[in-house]
Amino acid sequence: MSESSTNSGGGAPRRPGGRLGRDSAALLAHGEPAVWLMGVGLVLALAMVLGLLGFVFWQGIGTLWPTPATRVTLHRGAVYLGEVARDDRFQPAEAVIEALPPSAIERARAELDANEGWAHRRLIRTGNYELTGEHFQWVSDFEIAQEERPPWALVIERLTWGRFYGEPTAFQLLHYTDEFAETSDPAERRRLRLEHARRIAAELGEAPGRTIRFVAGPRWVAPEEVSPNATVAAVAEIWEGPAAAWAQFLRHHGAVRGRWEERRRLEKYDTGRINHRKEKARLALRRREIALERIEMKSGAESPAAARARAALELARAEYGKTDRETEAEFLAVRSKIADLNRENARFRLALVTADGRNKVIELADIVRAYPANQLTWRQRLAIYGSRWREFLLDDPREANMEGGVFPAIFGTVVMTLIMSLMVVPFGVLAALYLREYAKAGPLISSVRIAVNNLAGVPSIVFGVFGLGFFSYFVGRGIDELFFAEKLPSPTYGTGGILWASLTLALLTLPVVIVATEEALAAVPGSMREGSYACGASKWQTIRRIVLPRAMPGIMTGMILAMARGAGEVAPLMLVGAVKLAPELPVDGIFPYLHPERSFMHLGFHIYDLGFQSQNSEAAKPMVFTTTLLLIAIIAALNITAIVVRSRLRRRFQTGVF
Amino acid sequence: MNLTIAEDVGTGPAARRENGGRLAAVARGETVPAEVHDALARETPALTIQRFNLWYGDAQALHDISMIVPRGKVTALVGPSGCGKSTLLRSVNRLNDLVDGVRIEGSMRIGDREIYDRAVDAIELRKRMGMVFQKSNPFPMSIYENVVYPLRIDGERNRRVLDEVCERSLRGAALWDEVKDRLQDSALGLSGGQQQRLCIARAIAAEPEMLLMDEPCSALDPIATNKIEDLIDQLRGAYTILIVTHNMQQAARTSDFTAFMYLGRLIEYGPTEAIFQKPRLIETYDYVTGRFG
Ligand SMILES: Nc1ncnc2c1ncn2[C@@H]1O[C@H](COP(=O)(O)OP(=O)(O)O)[C@@H](O)[C@H]1O
Ligand SMILES: [Mg+2]
Repeated sequence: MSESSTNSGGGAPRRPGGRLGRDSAALLAHGEPAVWLMGVGLVLALAMVLGLLGFVFWQGIGTLWPTPATRVTLHRGAVYLGEVARDDRFQPAEAVIEALPPSAIERARAELDANEGWAHRRLIRTGNYELTGEHFQWVSDFEIAQEERPPWALVIERLTWGRFYGEPTAFQLLHYTDEFAETSDPAERRRLRLEHARRIAAELGEAPGRTIRFVAGPRWVAPEEVSPNATVAAVAEIWEGPAAAWAQFLRHHGAVRGRWEERRRLEKYDTGRINHRKEKARLALRRREIALERIEMKSGAESPAAARARAALELARAEYGKTDRETEAEFLAVRSKIADLNRENARFRLALVTADGRNKVIELADIVRAYPANQLTWRQRLAIYGSRWREFLLDDPREANMEGGVFPAIFGTVVMTLIMSLMVVPFGVLAALYLREYAKAGPLISSVRIAVNNLAGVPSIVFGVFGLGFFSYFVGRGIDELFFAEKLPSPTYGTGGILWASLTLALLTLPVVIVATEEALAAVPGSMREGSYACGASKWQTIRRIVLPRAMPGIMTGMILAMARGAGEVAPLMLVGAVKLAPELPVDGIFPYLHPERSFMHLGFHIYDLGFQSQNSEAAKPMVFTTTLLLIAIIAALNITAIVVRSRLRRRFQTGVF
Repeated sequence: MNLTIAEDVGTGPAARRENGGRLAAVARGETVPAEVHDALARETPALTIQRFNLWYGDAQALHDISMIVPRGKVTALVGPSGCGKSTLLRSVNRLNDLVDGVRIEGSMRIGDREIYDRAVDAIELRKRMGMVFQKSNPFPMSIYENVVYPLRIDGERNRRVLDEVCERSLRGAALWDEVKDRLQDSALGLSGGQQQRLCIARAIAAEPEMLLMDEPCSALDPIATNKIEDLIDQLRGAYTILIVTHNMQQAARTSDFTAFMYLGRLIEYGPTEAIFQKPRLIETYDYVTGRFG
């Protein structure tokens, strides 16, 4: 009996007295089919995982790579300039073919015949949304009369309206004339400005390839032709021609962007700080009001306590008035700084012409990045690719999240996952300790265990509903009424926030931690516990000093699984605090630094939002893959960190050999 | 020790029949008085066991054990597997309390303190006894922390005290020279023999009154066994040692007294020399010479 059973499961039993059958007709007779099946299963599983990762990686990694700009001229006269987003095959309607000019019809037919009725077409990202109302254009090969890559085609990423494709025609640099015009007489003012403009023009002097114009209303005129009655707002230096314009762009863009960044800092941090101060004073006042109301309710308006509260309220009012005046002054200072920066930046402009001949002037401050797509060397391409990744990882999103970076989402995801782990691990470990070490085994404990396991199977959206109902509406509102009454009716904790989201996910992942911890506890050898007891340790000492450290790698496994599950979960978050655009990060420089009540951005939700909620889903699609890639990378990074920590721990517990 | 069996022990058929009946009687469940040598009456008892019975659930594992463990001496418990040696040993420091369904009757005393008295704190009791297990069980921490564990759980923080105890215990367990340069390394990286000696160091760290050893060498190679036997020899006198062993040579080499147990009963108990050279019972003779067991 033992002889045949040692001969591996699934294998054929040995024929008594005979050698093993080598009959090729009977696979079952000589192979080990179970092993083959296992192999096939493993390969399938690996193929699916690698396929998924590979697909996301391939789609995500290429999105930010700068591609050349193509200009196509169609038979029907339309001209498009842009980047090819993707291509496919389709079966064109007969009417489309017949609308072509005769020579083109012939070629189109030939192409269709060669491909069994299928034609090739490309989706061109044409941008210039404010001019054309379209972001993309399908172009079939047979429609094209002419196709080229113009050397001066610029790809421009802007703060508004999405990308712009066009060729630069001129660079304009304005010099304002009004600085010294301090008089109330309009005629005198005009004269002074004109004089100032002439002085500027004289200072600028002559330079090859550059013309000087006076900006007088909508018309820009040569200095000699300016009428003495015109109001000259500025003197414009103009570099004509793509090469000269591009050279000037490169010269000035950095400084302009620097000023723009400074402006954003002022708007974001300084304004935020002032707002915060003002809000704090308002809340202090409101608190006094509430206190007075309560005291009047309780002990009457005439009581001495009410009088004291009223005096305190008066003080707070005075304090608020003072803060209000101060903050108002600070606001004005910041605003004037911002206005100065804007005015300075408005001096630099790039004039462009689109493929269909329309003119457009873009201020340099509006341009995030521009490059002549068809002139790039590999190095330059790489530099653009790198700078795009940097922007993607470190910047705030803009244009309804479709452009810019996802830093707040990365931050939100990581912070939420960390808070979740910090919550779920202690809870799960305590629960498992009780179940495994303290509770007397019996039907009650068994049913608790079954319930915990079933919790893992509850759809995650149910947890979201629970989190919203219990944490936000019940606990949160209670907290608000107790501690943040002055902010009501606007909720503080009584709505979605990163704390509630983390708690909800902690609940969701609790079974994973409990089950893993129980297993780890059960795996601690009894001899170790006995050794500890024999030294005179109490039960708790044994658990804390021997059992828990020894079970730590297993507990970490539970934490890793919980993290992987929690970081990728989106559905419940949509109910308890993840938002499309969070104005502030949950951690910042304003006391108390950690703001667990704030709503937050989350990569998973960001993906959903990009892919399915944006108006321009075609442009968003590549970003979906890039963001997915990022999410996977972050989860992997979090897990790898935990795994490294665990393997460090494991090494400590490795038993020596005899 | 050269073991020669004295002439006057009944090896004849009659004696065999008469004495052979004794184990058979035990097997039938009859009460058979233990054969305790007079030499024991001259010893000071460290531990006195009287009419001690123990049940695991419904199964009785110890029957009416009455014996003393002499102070400062090495006492060996021998007997076939499952005869209750470990159970008796674990009763001394109340480790059996942790097993569900254990019930005891009778008395066990240290001096005049009853071990199983309600007022006695099992934790305090265990602190006064060191125990070494059959399978070495170092804790998942450094060598240093393993040794000072009994002090740590008492809340000792003073580094000087801990260092001193660590060195003294490791020297006591003849391990110091081997590990003094890697005290902070994991104890689990030691070899089997070293691990067992580490467990001995841990057992003597708190300077216990008594050392309980449950087959401490059964999982070790001969060299490691030798070292541990030497160690027991050195500890003799300083500690009262109660050791369970399967190995007759070991019992003969290391112990001062030997108790032979069978099916939960004490059969014969006396000075080791007498047990091995002049046992009063033929069963003991058969067992120590390996003819049965
Ligand atoms: N935890 C336990 N639960 C139930 N029965 C046990 C337990 N430990 C030991 N026993 C039983 O008690 C008897 C004595 O065991 P033990 O003291 O380990 O013997 P020995 O150490 O002499 O080999 C055996 O019959 C064994 O099956
Ligand atoms: Mg045993």
